[in-house]
Amino acid sequence: MDHIPIIKVGEFLLVSIQVDMHDRLAMSLQNDLTTQLIKTRAQGVLIDISALEIVDSFIGRMLGNIASMMSVLGAESVVVGMRPAVAITIVELGLSLNNIHTALNVDKGMALLRVLMNSTGDSDSHESR
Amino acid sequence: MTTNKQGCISKIFVHQEEIMEEWLREQFAALSARQDLISELDLRRQSTEFLALFTPACSTDNLTDITTPEWKPVLDFLGSVSRSRAIQGFSPSETATFVFSLKQPLFARLRQEVVADAVVLADELWKATVLMDKLGLYTTEVYQKSREEIIRRQQAEMLELSTPVVKLWDGILAVPLIGTLDSVRTQVVMENLLQSIVDTGSSFAIVDITGVPTVDTMVAQHLLKTVSAAKLMGANCVISGIRPQIAQSMVHLGVEFRDVVTKATLADALEYAFRQIGRTVTKQA
Repeated sequence: MDHIPIIKVGEFLLVSIQVDMHDRLAMSLQNDLTTQLIKTRAQGVLIDISALEIVDSFIGRMLGNIASMMSVLGAESVVVGMRPAVAITIVELGLSLNNIHTALNVDKGMALLRVLMNSTGDSDSHESR
Repeated sequence: MTTNKQGCISKIFVHQEEIMEEWLREQFAALSARQDLISELDLRRQSTEFLALFTPACSTDNLTDITTPEWKPVLDFLGSVSRSRAIQGFSPSETATFVFSLKQPLFARLRQEVVADAVVLADELWKATVLMDKLGLYTTEVYQKSREEIIRRQQAEMLELSTPVVKLWDGILAVPLIGTLDSVRTQVVMENLLQSIVDTGSSFAIVDITGVPTVDTMVAQHLLKTVSAAKLMGANCVISGIRPQIAQSMVHLGVEFRDVVTKATLADALEYAFRQIGRTVTKQA
C-alpha cells in the first residue's frame, strides 16, 4: 500500500499529492498527517494538489476534513495549486469548503501560512487589511 | 396506350433546351426583385447543373422515393444550392422556388407529350407534382438546417466575444460581464477566469457586472459559484459594478453575496485590490 510522503520543511509540513487519490489513500493521508503533526510539532501544513486531476465528493470532503483537523490541532493549513477543472468540480458538487485557505502556488502558500501563523486568533487574515 | 410510365417524364427531356429556357424565365420572374443576391450567370449555371443531374435520375424507374441512391446526386446538389442561398439571405420560399418553378415548364412538356390520353396525362402530372413537391420540401429542410447552423455558430461566437478576461495590473484580473448570465455562460466565464488565473498567476480577480441587466437569485448563484471556484484556487474575488437599481432589486429579492466583497464601481474594486496586494496609487507631486 502506497503512502503520500509528508516532508518537514522548517516549521511546516509539506504534502504534495502527485498521484490520483483513491479513498483508502485519502484515509491514510489523514491518519499520517495528524500523526506527523503531533510528532514534529509543526505549526502549519501546506498541501500541494497541483497534480491532482480528478476529485470526487469524497476527496473534496477530505480536503475540508484535513483543514478542520489541523485547526483542531492548532495548526494552520493551506491548499495550493488547485487546477481550474478541480475547482469547478468542487463548486458544482456543492462542497463549500469555506474553512480551507487556498493559494495559487507553493510560494504564495508559504507566505500565507506565515501570515496566518503570525496572526493567531484571526483566522481570516487573508481578507484583512 | 402508354403503360411504360417512366417513359413519359424522361422522354420530355429530349426538349431540355426549351425546358431550360422556360424554367429560367420562370425563375427570373420570381426572383426579379432579388437580382442583387444572385447573378443571372450563377442562376443559369445552377439550373443547368440541376437539370443535368435531374434528367438521369428521372429516367430510372423510381419517381416516388427520393431517398434511394439514384437521387443522391440530385439531393446533394439541391442541398448545396439551399445552403448557399440560406447564407446569401434568400427567404425559404425563394429558395424553394428554384425547384417549384420547374413545374410549369415540365407540365407543359408533359401535356404536349401525352396529348392522346387524359388519364395517362393526369397520372403523369400527379407523379411529377409529387416528385417536385418532395424535392421542394427537401430544399426547405436543408435551408432550415443551415439557418439553424448559422444561429448556433453565432451563439458560440457571442459566447466567446462576451467573456473576455483582462489583466488590469500585475496580479489583478478583471472580467467585465455583459448580458444575462445563464448556466452555459457562467461555465464559460468560470473556465476562462480560472484558466487566466493559472496562466497569469494572479491572486486577485474583479468580476464586473455593470453590463448585466438583472441580478436575480439564479444569476447571483452563478456569480457565487464563479467566486467560490476562484477562491478555491487561491485567488480573491471582488464583485463590482452593482448599479443602484440592481442593489435595490437584489435587496428586495433577498439576494445576497455572502462572504464576498462587493463594490459599486470597477474603480473602487481596483482600489480595494491595490490595497490588498499592498500597492498604492499616488499623485505626482
